[in-house]
Amino acid sequence: MIARYQAIEQVLSHVEDGDLLVSTTGMISRELFTLDDRPGNFYMIGSMGLASAMGLGLAIQAPHKRVFVLEGDGSAMMSLGTLPLIASEAPPNLVHIILDNEAYESTGGHVSISSKFDLAQTASAAGYPWARRVEDIEALESALVKAKNGGKLGLILIKCGIAPIEGIPRVSHTPEEIRDRFKSAVQS
Amino acid sequence: MDAHEFWAALKGRGLNFFSGVPDSTFQGTYNVMVNDPDIRYIPAVREDVALGIASATYFTGGLGGVIMQNSGVGNIVNPLTSFNLMYKIPALLVVGWRGYGGPPNDAPEHWIMGVKTPQFFDLLEVPYEILEPDNLDSALDSLLANVKERSIPGALLVRAGVIS
Repeated sequence: MIARYQAIEQVLSHVEDGDLLVSTTGMISRELFTLDDRPGNFYMIGSMGLASAMGLGLAIQAPHKRVFVLEGDGSAMMSLGTLPLIASEAPPNLVHIILDNEAYESTGGHVSISSKFDLAQTASAAGYPWARRVEDIEALESALVKAKNGGKLGLILIKCGIAPIEGIPRVSHTPEEIRDRFKSAVQS
Repeated sequence: MDAHEFWAALKGRGLNFFSGVPDSTFQGTYNVMVNDPDIRYIPAVREDVALGIASATYFTGGLGGVIMQNSGVGNIVNPLTSFNLMYKIPALLVVGWRGYGGPPNDAPEHWIMGVKTPQFFDLLEVPYEILEPDNLDSALDSLLANVKERSIPGALLVRAGVIS
């Protein structure tokens, strides 16, 4: 089992300077912020379930940019209808990553229902041209290489453990600071 | 007013990216947009998703639009409060006003929202204008000036029959 923090670190090792990253509310944004606070990170600190929609809008309208969406199983399930929508648009520059710890960890580790079904299979059924489920670092590494170089829309479902980090900070930028530096990153 | 005139007015003000969920208020007006080669339209699955998609336009230097029915206002309350109004990310909401005037107008499922629609926007301090057959330019100019100045979404409320 991969710790989510470690999975995000691994994803970041494949994120290049000009790439855009939209991260979901809660611990995922806080861990991303702690690991690498890049201007090209949009921490969606509210609006659970909306990161994938914004990632889709960006990928379509900034086709020269690679866009990563980083969300959890809870947010993916909250906006499950966005999966076939993304698949129907199929922007080739979008890499959709779901960190699936089968829990609402940010609210206290409450159990989710994602252990009952496979979100990668769901994505495939929804029409994603490429979706892979990974459960260890080696498989994640190989999936990230494939997603980056595949030239088509891809989704990686990373099965993670629950490993809260004591005292992890909240994103310290104001919402408008996050917005403005991200806007500059989109347009650079 | 004619649907082509309506979309020309929006395009003339720089709006050419929309997402949304159809409403019968727009009938043919919706199809004119979907078939317009100068408008990129993403058919969303929910109004909140449409708002998330259309909000991305702001980051590329433009202004995105959402087309929706007022029954979807509830679906955009969280994105408005914890995304658009918080980060100050503007968008234009083109909202079909079903149930205008309350019962007995329209179907029962629209009665309550038909009365409450402007109150939701007032509560959230989201500016809105009511489209009339003869105020397209002034309503849009006033609304978009407000949207740009405050950098938040604004809504254009459209009753049945105003655009044909």
